[in-house]
Amino acid sequence: MQPIKKRLSSAWQALFGDPVRAFGVVSVILLLALAIAPAKEQFSQWHGYQRSYLALIGDRGDAVSLRRRFEPGIHQIWLPELAVVDRCTTCHLGLTEASLADVAQQPFRKHPVVPHSLDAFGCVICHGGQGQATTVVEAHWSERAGEQPILPTRYIEAGCGQCHQNALAGTPQLNLGRAMLARYGCVHCHAITRPDGSKLEATDYPPSLAHIADKTTREWIFSWLKDPPAYAASATMPNYKLSDADASDISAYLVSSSIPQARDTVALGVRPAAATDAVAGPTLYGESFCASCHALQNAAGNVVGGDLGPELTRIGNKAKPEWLAAWLENPRIYDGTTPMPHYRFTPQQIATLVEFLQTKTDSDYGSGVHLDEASPQQVAHGRKLIVELGCAACHEINGVQKPENFAPELSTIGSKPLAQIIFLPGMEHSLPSYIAAKIRQPRAFGTSVKMPQFTLTAPQIDALTTALLALTARGRSMPDNLRVAAVPDTNYQPAGHAGKLIAELACFSCHRFNGRGGDMAPDLSWEGSSVQRQWLTDFLHNPNTLRPSLIRRMPRFNLSESDNKELTEYILSVYQSPAIDADLAPAATNPSETVEHGRQLFYSKYACQACHIVDTKTDKGYIGPTLTQVGSRLTPGWVYAWLKNPQALRPETTEPNQNLSDDDARALTAFLMSLKGPGGRGAKQ
Amino acid sequence: MMTRSFTSTTLRAFAAPAALSLLALAGCKHAAPANSVLKATAQGSALVESSGGHQVGATGTALKDPLVVQVNDDQGNAVSGAMVEFHGSAEAGFDPATVLTDSSGQATTLVTLGTISGRYRINAVTGGKTGPVSLETVETALDYQQRVGAILVDKYCSRCHDPESSPARVSNYDNLEVKPHPFTDGATLNKISDADLISLVLHGGPALNRSALMPPYGNTLSAADVKALIAYMRAVADPPYEPAGTVYAIK
Repeated sequence: MQPIKKRLSSAWQALFGDPVRAFGVVSVILLLALAIAPAKEQFSQWHGYQRSYLALIGDRGDAVSLRRRFEPGIHQIWLPELAVVDRCTTCHLGLTEASLADVAQQPFRKHPVVPHSLDAFGCVICHGGQGQATTVVEAHWSERAGEQPILPTRYIEAGCGQCHQNALAGTPQLNLGRAMLARYGCVHCHAITRPDGSKLEATDYPPSLAHIADKTTREWIFSWLKDPPAYAASATMPNYKLSDADASDISAYLVSSSIPQARDTVALGVRPAAATDAVAGPTLYGESFCASCHALQNAAGNVVGGDLGPELTRIGNKAKPEWLAAWLENPRIYDGTTPMPHYRFTPQQIATLVEFLQTKTDSDYGSGVHLDEASPQQVAHGRKLIVELGCAACHEINGVQKPENFAPELSTIGSKPLAQIIFLPGMEHSLPSYIAAKIRQPRAFGTSVKMPQFTLTAPQIDALTTALLALTARGRSMPDNLRVAAVPDTNYQPAGHAGKLIAELACFSCHRFNGRGGDMAPDLSWEGSSVQRQWLTDFLHNPNTLRPSLIRRMPRFNLSESDNKELTEYILSVYQSPAIDADLAPAATNPSETVEHGRQLFYSKYACQACHIVDTKTDKGYIGPTLTQVGSRLTPGWVYAWLKNPQALRPETTEPNQNLSDDDARALTAFLMSLKGPGGRGAKQ
Repeated sequence: MMTRSFTSTTLRAFAAPAALSLLALAGCKHAAPANSVLKATAQGSALVESSGGHQVGATGTALKDPLVVQVNDDQGNAVSGAMVEFHGSAEAGFDPATVLTDSSGQATTLVTLGTISGRYRINAVTGGKTGPVSLETVETALDYQQRVGAILVDKYCSRCHDPESSPARVSNYDNLEVKPHPFTDGATLNKISDADLISLVLHGGPALNRSALMPPYGNTLSAADVKALIAYMRAVADPPYEPAGTVYAIK
């Protein structure tokens, strides 16, 4: 004890013994204390990165100019109106250096070319993370107080989707995800409101189950409920993983609540043509272009056809023949919202198609299902399950109301704080992995989770995750002028008898008119300026092939003479382009020198035969429409305006604008208008 | 930290059975380190690529189709139960990285590209009887600009420039008198400068004394679009395109 005390007092004496010595020692301590701040900066993480950046550029050919552009210290992009304070560029020093394109080492990589500049938007708006932080861990992975870690590159398009509510050309994954939210009916249960207040609307057509017993059997409903993809691989209905008893009870309620429609049970009195002609069924199926919307599995096992309507590979297992006949006769009586056209088939044709579709049967499907008569308790239990599972959120079901807000709203799911999420053990603690896991296997998060199992591929799950991650709080707080609104379909509805015909033929399912409709077939908003009366009449009677390379084609409807005339007149008078003045258009017939000049321009100067066919013997352009009879199909005003600027008439067309002179365009128009085709009347043979 | 540990302990009790079922359904190979579980029951002597090589995808994303390789024996018959390991250049991910070949001798993995654009060399390795056998294939990752180019190519160019034609996607390549260059044709396209390529796209074939079958896109595509197109062509060129680099004046 004594020696320590003695040593301490001698140390005190040595340091502070006399005033001069004490002053010197205190000065040294003060100097050291003052050095703490600069030392801390000297040994900070970002300083280390700046030193290694200087080492990296020192060896390069353009070291002098790179060094000149380098500024030491903390860098900051400050954009008050966007609430951006980003110091990322303190370490990410090569983001805008074009000559560092070959550097793979982070944080010095050059940023890939994107449409936005770093100075105008900063980093975290797109990438997420904490812009103010100056250490790697805090900037990239901090999750305190609701902060979101940076977005993995896999889902980077979610960053774009915060402002861009419209479909961008450069974000296919985001666009697919958004389309799937609508196509798979996610929004029937989960409401999604865009930042501008508009709602994301579903684009699937869940069938009404009000008359389901007319259409199919209880056994089929049971098999379908147990495993929808087993019936059709392309089914969008998810699997609710129901027990046999539950599936049986639900099917019992659906059948017992179904209201019969008299016309669905009338047997057809006509014999199908197949009795005399074995290929009549497949021929009529092909001629009616059912495959434009419906898929069938071919002999090789490939599912071929469109996905607008349900797959028909096993339709014979499902649909009762009497119902099928009534449906084909007029689908709108059974389901007023169906995208299926009213074909106006003759009874003979209906019988032929019904017989053909009845052969699309899989004898193994549902063969082991035998359901006993359901007791009233079982029916009541079925109804209880339907209410609990929210079946009525998608389907119309008698005696069950459509539930409101059945599942959590997802309008800001992309900003969900991690602290509110219950992760599965062993799962990465991040929002993207949570969302992806929830989509991949919802029931893994607990047996009480109601969300069903969807059958999705890995890219589809990535796309959906991207679309959901784009729904952030930041996206909602952006200034209005930065937000690009979605372009919703208009509620355009053509009027009068023609409007009724257009609705019955479901033209909107494939064609677009005045901002509403499908994208399978051309936009017809200006069709009246484009085509000639006789051609249109003939085409509506019997559509021929205009574009040889397309698989999906216009079906043939059995329109009456008067309906055809009505529709032709309506299209010609209403769907007129203001850009085309028929009075100023070039003449339809021209002197032969002008036609010959046009022919030479067509074949030599502009080489239109690369994509179009004028002479079927020599030309092989299968990409654009065939022009052999274009003089009988299109109006000279339209042809001239089209040649001058195709995109002005149809913005999405692939034909390039060749910037033709007026003279060349006139000569080409003269040549094209001279192509009347065999018989001189065009279209119909 | 408090919240985290609280939720995870309360959750563990009831989520464990659910998690087990998740693992079972997802296939244990996804979650468990494969090496400790998989054991090769057979050995082959050759590796051949079945499908999934030479794909093009976006940086950081999984490729559309899985990579499938087949293990064969000396007679060229498929070997099932052989172990195949997948390796790749930095950042490329494999799900799973180690696979046993199935009954048809094939090993399948889903490749996730890294975050930097360019070519990713992928090696599949299997332990043969006389030593390891390996197979190399290449996948290409596109950055944003190159991907915009790919989308434009799909819309405007591949109808003529793509030698592959299918019923779903008809290409007119075979019908053209003067054959266009496929964009993977690096041997030809690498020799054409950016300026000449831009000129060809903007003004059409005749601008460089080439075929008029190539129309001008200068009034249809924006300058940024054309740059994106060129960026895509350079990215997929085979043999790879090597830019001349920046030239600096000596003081």
